[in-house]
Amino acid sequence: MLGKGLLGIYLTVLVLLPIAALLAKSSTGGLNAFWREISNPEAVAAIKLTLIASVIVVVINAVFGTIIAWVLVRDEFPGKSVVNALIDLPFALPTIVAGVVLLALYGKDSPLGIDVAFTRAAVGLALLFVTLPFVVRSVQPVLLELDLAMEEAAASLGASPATVLRRIVLPTLAPAIISGVALSFARAVGEFGSLVLITGNLPFKTEAGSVYIFGQIQNENLAAAAAVSVVLLFAALLVLALLTFFLRRRSRHVL
Amino acid sequence: MSSSDAGALSIPGPAGAARVSDRGSAGAPPAAAGARASRRRQLGARVIALGYLALLLLAPVAMIFYRTFEHGISPVINAATTPSATHAFWLSLEIVAIAVPLNTAFGIGMALLLERGRFWGKSILGVMIDLPFAISPVVVGLSLVLVYGKTGWLGDWLAEQGISVIFSVPGMVIATAVVSLPFVVRETMPVLRELGVDAEQAAETLGASPWQTFWRITLPGIRWGVVYGVVLTTARALGEFGAVSIVSGRIEEQTQTLPLFVQDRFENFDSTGAYTAAVVLALLALATLLAMNLLTRLTRRKTEA
Amino acid sequence: MPKRTAAIALSLLAATLGLAACGSSSGGGGGKHIALVAYSTPQSVFEKLIPAFEATSEGKGVSFSQSFGPSGEQSRSVANGLHADVVNFSLEPDVERLAKAGLVSPTWNQNATHGFLTNSVAVIIVRKGNPKRITGWSDLVKPGVQVLTPNPFTSGGARWNVMAAYGAQLKEGKSPAQAQAYLTALFHNVVSQDSSARNSLQTFLAGRGDALIDYEDEAISDQKKGAAIEYVIPKDTILIQNPVAVLGKGSSAEAAKSFVDYMLSPAGQAIWAAKGYRPVISGVPGASKFPTPPGLFTIDSLGGWKAVTKQFFEPETGIVTKIEQSLGVSTAK
Repeated sequence: MLGKGLLGIYLTVLVLLPIAALLAKSSTGGLNAFWREISNPEAVAAIKLTLIASVIVVVINAVFGTIIAWVLVRDEFPGKSVVNALIDLPFALPTIVAGVVLLALYGKDSPLGIDVAFTRAAVGLALLFVTLPFVVRSVQPVLLELDLAMEEAAASLGASPATVLRRIVLPTLAPAIISGVALSFARAVGEFGSLVLITGNLPFKTEAGSVYIFGQIQNENLAAAAAVSVVLLFAALLVLALLTFFLRRRSRHVL
Repeated sequence: MSSSDAGALSIPGPAGAARVSDRGSAGAPPAAAGARASRRRQLGARVIALGYLALLLLAPVAMIFYRTFEHGISPVINAATTPSATHAFWLSLEIVAIAVPLNTAFGIGMALLLERGRFWGKSILGVMIDLPFAISPVVVGLSLVLVYGKTGWLGDWLAEQGISVIFSVPGMVIATAVVSLPFVVRETMPVLRELGVDAEQAAETLGASPWQTFWRITLPGIRWGVVYGVVLTTARALGEFGAVSIVSGRIEEQTQTLPLFVQDRFENFDSTGAYTAAVVLALLALATLLAMNLLTRLTRRKTEA
Repeated sequence: MPKRTAAIALSLLAATLGLAACGSSSGGGGGKHIALVAYSTPQSVFEKLIPAFEATSEGKGVSFSQSFGPSGEQSRSVANGLHADVVNFSLEPDVERLAKAGLVSPTWNQNATHGFLTNSVAVIIVRKGNPKRITGWSDLVKPGVQVLTPNPFTSGGARWNVMAAYGAQLKEGKSPAQAQAYLTALFHNVVSQDSSARNSLQTFLAGRGDALIDYEDEAISDQKKGAAIEYVIPKDTILIQNPVAVLGKGSSAEAAKSFVDYMLSPAGQAIWAAKGYRPVISGVPGASKFPTPPGLFTIDSLGGWKAVTKQFFEPETGIVTKIEQSLGVSTAK
């Protein structure tokens, strides 16, 4: 009981109170003002860019993150432990470093011959970088705990590798993948630091939601900043809720 | 060999390979063609995974190290030993040392509650955990100011108690804890689900207290989830810039963490200083992973002994 | 439920609160102390100014804490409770905010320099050799010229840039409508609107764009650092004026006052001048190196920041807001 109380206090101090303050701020001018803020064409463009980019990014994350996790757990090659250790670096590096380095690598004088700086592709690239660890790190522990016996049993009963993957491995991994996808999506929607340098922040073109919000804060327009944050928040909530729903139905289906 | 034992070895170790070859040798002779095909698939996956990582992760990280050391080692040592740099280093460690244990305890408790508990509003609570990610860190900082700042909801009350939160270390700890809140919960929950309740129920039937069950059965079972959660929390806590920047006031040698220091150096076109601090952050994150690995191995040996 | 978890969690909470208490008490202490809160650009100047002040008789034994960041953000932090004895911002409205909050005296700008600490002018930074032959504002709207300026909604510096470009058109005899049309054409050529002047400079040095609108002092300090750039002072340009103010009362306010006095003395202004800032008093050694453009004008000649902010940068109806929208709508499709 005490434990639950402490969990509640912690959550209140860290999340509930600040979000309540944010909601209150976004509704200071009433519903009309809220609507005006979020239907501002620049805000709409920024929100749209952020949401579309985030969806693309999480799909790529789901596929590549799972493959990377699988390779890190089941495969063996020289330097694997080094690769495994590097996975978390996108979190530890301050986002401004990510921005500077991505600009140097994939900008005008790209040593790799890839120039995406100041395009919408740059938004995706930066988001892929900062969200890389999520799916990998949520799938990895489950793969580690996953019993090989089931896969072997299925294989010995004549199931093709594709069938084993589809019927046994993926359903077991699904909660972890979805968990990682949910976190990636949420993070992608909120990401700011790495986008600032590499996208050029052109309104209507490469200005992401978080950057627009930052501009509104700087511009003393706190209500607009809060309103757009609330919209992005609800979009993220919706996606999270859908994913949870999907997950529940799925697990009921499997059991 | 139970799967969790293999897991304990296989983060850097060769257990994965052992298991793969086990499977190969366990197969009957007709499986030779199948083994070749599986080998091909494995290579394919490896090429895809490594190629993706090379472009997205290895190249940027190599670039950071190159930029740091391109003028030799002595400018790096000079940059790392300035008073502002060392102060930022210790402040970052202090904040991580408070925020990460808090988030770990919260995360395990919350994961158990969400996975094992049955109560109304559980899914809402679950979604609530992820909220801190969906809000731009800048907005997290702003909303903390709205609650704990001088003109915020609790501003007067906090001032009466003589507690300053915003523009001092407690506010920075809170901001750090908020942005890294979901990791342990989210990393632990899938493992908890995979683990199931059979062993826990068996232990309880045999008369173990809930506390014993937790330490002897649940925690060892979920330790990989917790480990990754802690590693991610630490990494994220170390690297956080936006939220901390707003609540810190950026006072040099007082409220400047390593990421704020990096920003400060970049702003002043001191790229050696900035990249050096970035490398320090990267090394701290790697050290966390290493330490967590050692720790889990040690505890495993202890429980086996 | 696990009592030990509870105990651990409680002790950790207590530790956090303990730290909170430390944080609040460390503000006191013996000796005179000045908390300086300033915008990003002059950080390297304060590195020179503070030791020079500490070497004077007034500055003996005075210790400093320093905070640097975007002008608007710094001002808001002080308004929200960040302790400051001296503030130095990019724009006057950032000090006015504190005056409105009662933190700065309402008469803060009634001194010999009208509250200003440094001057500068808006210049155009180009690549070495000036390959696009840019000599003034009219070259920036030519087809194919890529211009960088920070986002005027996030950066104080960018507002100086916009008003410099606009005011220069009026100075050349254009009508306000023509000057607005010029701004539209200018923003049409803007390829990147970074969040701060420093970020714009990073982008420019990374190889993007042909021209960057910036402060003269930034251009001078970058050239000194060996960046492959040149800068053009347009014939008509704006006088950038950066304010300084003292906050609070008591002994630290006295120390703060003497620090500001020092910065406004010929010795202090000489340090600013050596770093590329134009002095606000006459008779400062090194001031002669700054040519006065024939068509120099001030923000007051455009109506002052209060009116300009409302007319140009209001979130819904400002002229620049509308320009960004019209360009966005036409190019996004």
